[in-house]
Amino acid sequence: MTLALLAQESGHQAAGVVTSGALLDWAGLLVVAPLVAMFLIIFFGKRLPLQGGELAVAAMAFVTGYAAILAYQAITEGILYERSIEVAAIGGFTIQWGWVIDGLSSMMFLLVGFIGLVVFVYALGYMKGDVRVTFFFAAFSLFAGAMLVLVSAPNVLQLIVGWELVGVASYLLIAHYWEDQANVSAGNKAFLVNKIADVGLVIGAIVLAVAVGSFNINEILDQVVGASPELAAVAGLAAILLLIGGAGKSAQFPFHVWLPDAMAGPTPVSALMHAATMVTAGVYLVARFFPLYQQMAENAQLAVMAVGAFTLTIAGFLAIVQDDIKRVLAYSTVAQLGYMVAALGAGGYSAGLFHLWTHASFKALLFLGAGSVIHVIHSNNMSDMGGLRRLMPTTFWTFVVGSLALIGIPPLAGFLSKDEILATFNAEGYQFVLFLGVLGAFITALYMSRAVLLTFFGTYKGHGHPHESPRVMTLPLIVLAAGAVGIAWINVPGVVSVFSDWVTDRAQPIVEHHAEAFDLVALGSGLLAGLGGIILGYLIYYRDAASQQERDRLRIPVLWPLLENKYYLDDLYWLGIVRPIRDPIARAVNWSNDSIIDWVVNLAGFVTAAVGRVVYGGFDQRGIDLAFNGVSFATDALGGRLRFAQTGRVQQYLGAFVIGALALVVVFVLVFA
Amino acid sequence: MIVTQFLVLAAALFALGVFGLLARRNAVMVLLAVELMLNAVNLNLVAFEAVIRDVLASGQVFAIFVITVAAAEVGVGLSIVLMIFRNRTSANVDELDLMKW
Repeated sequence: MTLALLAQESGHQAAGVVTSGALLDWAGLLVVAPLVAMFLIIFFGKRLPLQGGELAVAAMAFVTGYAAILAYQAITEGILYERSIEVAAIGGFTIQWGWVIDGLSSMMFLLVGFIGLVVFVYALGYMKGDVRVTFFFAAFSLFAGAMLVLVSAPNVLQLIVGWELVGVASYLLIAHYWEDQANVSAGNKAFLVNKIADVGLVIGAIVLAVAVGSFNINEILDQVVGASPELAAVAGLAAILLLIGGAGKSAQFPFHVWLPDAMAGPTPVSALMHAATMVTAGVYLVARFFPLYQQMAENAQLAVMAVGAFTLTIAGFLAIVQDDIKRVLAYSTVAQLGYMVAALGAGGYSAGLFHLWTHASFKALLFLGAGSVIHVIHSNNMSDMGGLRRLMPTTFWTFVVGSLALIGIPPLAGFLSKDEILATFNAEGYQFVLFLGVLGAFITALYMSRAVLLTFFGTYKGHGHPHESPRVMTLPLIVLAAGAVGIAWINVPGVVSVFSDWVTDRAQPIVEHHAEAFDLVALGSGLLAGLGGIILGYLIYYRDAASQQERDRLRIPVLWPLLENKYYLDDLYWLGIVRPIRDPIARAVNWSNDSIIDWVVNLAGFVTAAVGRVVYGGFDQRGIDLAFNGVSFATDALGGRLRFAQTGRVQQYLGAFVIGALALVVVFVLVFA
Repeated sequence: MIVTQFLVLAAALFALGVFGLLARRNAVMVLLAVELMLNAVNLNLVAFEAVIRDVLASGQVFAIFVITVAAAEVGVGLSIVLMIFRNRTSANVDELDLMKW
């Protein structure tokens, strides 16, 4: 067992940084707790009163508690800790498992733990009476545990393991209702799209490891700081490859197509996936390797920003045309992830992560609110909703809080984080991206007001009698709504910078521009765009929301079909990638089946039949049968003769017996006398 | 004491028994012949007991055993013969060939 402790003084907190202690040595428990819970649920879950849900919640409560202590220490004193345990050695190459605790990972621990805890509690109510509650909570625990493995990884190999486990868990959960073919297809799509992107991550990791000679992330980043020429030669390539991997998990163009389809899973899955566990992985990856992008691969960093900016622009429009409320939120997530990625690309490390932090709370809130509605209405479509404002007051008010937070209305969370991103664009001189960001904010306001108006205002269009969800579901909504109000006030330009100091507290210093005050251009344009979007949404959708049909009035020819068909990207992938790859494979398999396998099988059959005929005619019939028949005929014939000796007359037998006895006497006398 | 006369008598009795066993047709007479053979053996046992008592101490005991077994045998045998006679109205052993091929 090797124990590697790595501690360097960061630029922010020179003194008093915690680098050791029992709390940090045992932090591995935080990572494995959900995985242990998963196994316990698999083996014992069915016998428990809540079918395993209580174990999952307990594990997440433990994670949250531990992460909160770590986060408190990281914020107040700063933590720089790394520990690796050797798992296997192959020659000189060792595979290690361990955990890194610094500002970035402690932030992610708290995020995953807290959002996980809230969503798990909510799922206790939402999944009650579901077909596979135990399976669901086992996969759910795996989902959270895999994410913790990922964010705690001190080396790229462990990161990839967590990365793939997240993918597996998401596959299981998206295809949770696997009785329906569409859900299975959605799971397959998510898995395959991610897998294609994962190739980028794996190759990027290998490129980095070959150049540096280690899979350890901190060693790689130390080489960045040390300006190693070997690494500099491949840094651009590796950075682009890592971006491809991150774009897959974080649903950035062109890999964003899996995320809306992933809505096939139960709503708590969507909430967790969109807030904490899955889509944040790509952002985390880019953030973790931020020094590489910033100091060695400026062009790759520009690519990061371009991908993010493009994604945030195109995804917002798609959200306007969706009828499925979860798909509206899904495209909204794609767009918000675009903000985060673009911010990282523009150099706003803590701005991007800050949006990740705030977005987690209000996007989980929105999904859980949507789930609360879906749970009652039994439909995802907003055309079946409407007028739920009075029937579900808690859901309504929390959903409105989440929407306003997403739109970026002060004093809610999204306002501060989105403003910080827009300010970063402005300060770094990317005015065009700033324009796209403001446009995105406008679109966000438009589709969120549409979602709120069509769901909660007007008249009820569905069937049945909607009512407020149970307490176990509304309580998480209230908690998250409180989070959406208060979570962002730890980072206000020029006032407090707790969050920035927290996440930049890493082994390698993060260089970034810190705004001393609000950027009035970014703030004003973002706020105006948000308010404008709300007003436009109100004008378009409010009056119409009362009428039964034609609730969407923005049916502009050409543009509407384009958006409704998702820019024909799915069709493009289907015709351009899936068919050209799948069909030749299918044909080749069919050909080999017809020509080679059939031929081999037929030959084997023919040879066997021929051998069988020879054996049957020559050996079996003439050899073995003859021998058996001969023996039985001989026995029969002999018996036929000999049986006449059995006359049935006792005196004949006695006579023979006497003659025999006399003969024996004679023999006895002759021999012995 | 000369044992020869007893042995000759016993052999004659035994031979008579064998003849009766093989030659008689009436089942009762066959059983009687068997008794004759058993008593010939008893005679031998008693005679040798009288002659070589020091060596063979239990000749009379064996004779008693044989008489007992003979009594049992006659009891069983006569009841079988009785049942056969009742079923077939005949005690002729030549007709009892149920066990033939």
